[in-house]
Amino acid sequence: MEITVKLFAMFRIGRFAAETKRYEPGATPGDIVSELRIPEKEVGIVMVNSRHAKLDQRLFDGDTLALFQLLGGG
Amino acid sequence: MELRQFLQTSAVGDLVPWAVQTDAAKRYDLTVAEVEEAILEQGLMPARYQRNRQTIAAGMQLRLFRSRVVVIGSGGLGGYIIEELARLGVGHLVVVDPDVFEEHNLNRQILSSPLHLGMPKVDVAAARVREINPAVTITPLKVSFSTANGREILEGADAVVDGLDSITSRRELVTLCREMAIPLVHGAIGGWYGQVATQLPGDDISPNIFGLQPESKGVEAQLGNPSFTPATVASLQVAETCKVLLGEGESLRHRVLFVNLLNMEFEEVRMDSALG
Repeated sequence: MEITVKLFAMFRIGRFAAETKRYEPGATPGDIVSELRIPEKEVGIVMVNSRHAKLDQRLFDGDTLALFQLLGGG
Repeated sequence: MELRQFLQTSAVGDLVPWAVQTDAAKRYDLTVAEVEEAILEQGLMPARYQRNRQTIAAGMQLRLFRSRVVVIGSGGLGGYIIEELARLGVGHLVVVDPDVFEEHNLNRQILSSPLHLGMPKVDVAAARVREINPAVTITPLKVSFSTANGREILEGADAVVDGLDSITSRRELVTLCREMAIPLVHGAIGGWYGQVATQLPGDDISPNIFGLQPESKGVEAQLGNPSFTPATVASLQVAETCKVLLGEGESLRHRVLFVNLLNMEFEEVRMDSALG
């Protein structure tokens, strides 16, 4: 299945801003986070098709996954 | 002559100049804050707020004047938040921060200057507010916000603004605001990036914005913060706070706004209302 992955903030560095890639059916955002070697503790919001999502939820063909980096400064 | 009549006859149109406001305070042995309330109650406007109109009419200005906003943190975000709330005319501000100004604050913190190094941030904030808008009552608290002292600090607040600098303390603030049913305007920054969200009573934004693991760490530790990121995010937070206090417009409830100043992208994430 094809998933469009969008990365935000520093997650783009050495990776990409947006790419459509093939994944095995049943893949989850968590699978893609580990495939991209993004440390889970740096992940803020996970969004699928413009809505807040969980790392273990199942993705479907044509979904768009967006990963935001955690911010804590003030 | 009664105060009411004095104000009415001294007003220029419906505007009361600052000189009249201070003169009235002397004549009637009142504070400038008390005179300001009397002006607004009469449907007049202190002249300093004339450019708030048509955005904020006299009735709304009175509502802002009677509002109490607690700003947690007086650093990068907090400094701008305090400055803007005071100029807006929010009548009661409480500012909470345990720190003194250090040299590494000078690149971005609006209240810092070489003269202020070593001085408590909340004392500088209080002096600044008294200088720019003496009708605002400011309470500086040189303490570290925590679950232990938070209830007392937030008591009576109409809104709370987050200018904290760690995810752990933000979790505590979000929880306490939820328990006390006080609106909270969250903001956080790191490098070129920032985020804003509003939690109203009944909501819980914590599952959405504080990461997936308890030891989650923000990107600001690597990136630092340049001057424009706190200014941008703080201004968005004050706009949210103003709307929350006035019940105007549409807030970032059930939404998080992500700001990317490097690529100039503003991205909105919609939250399930069940999740806040």
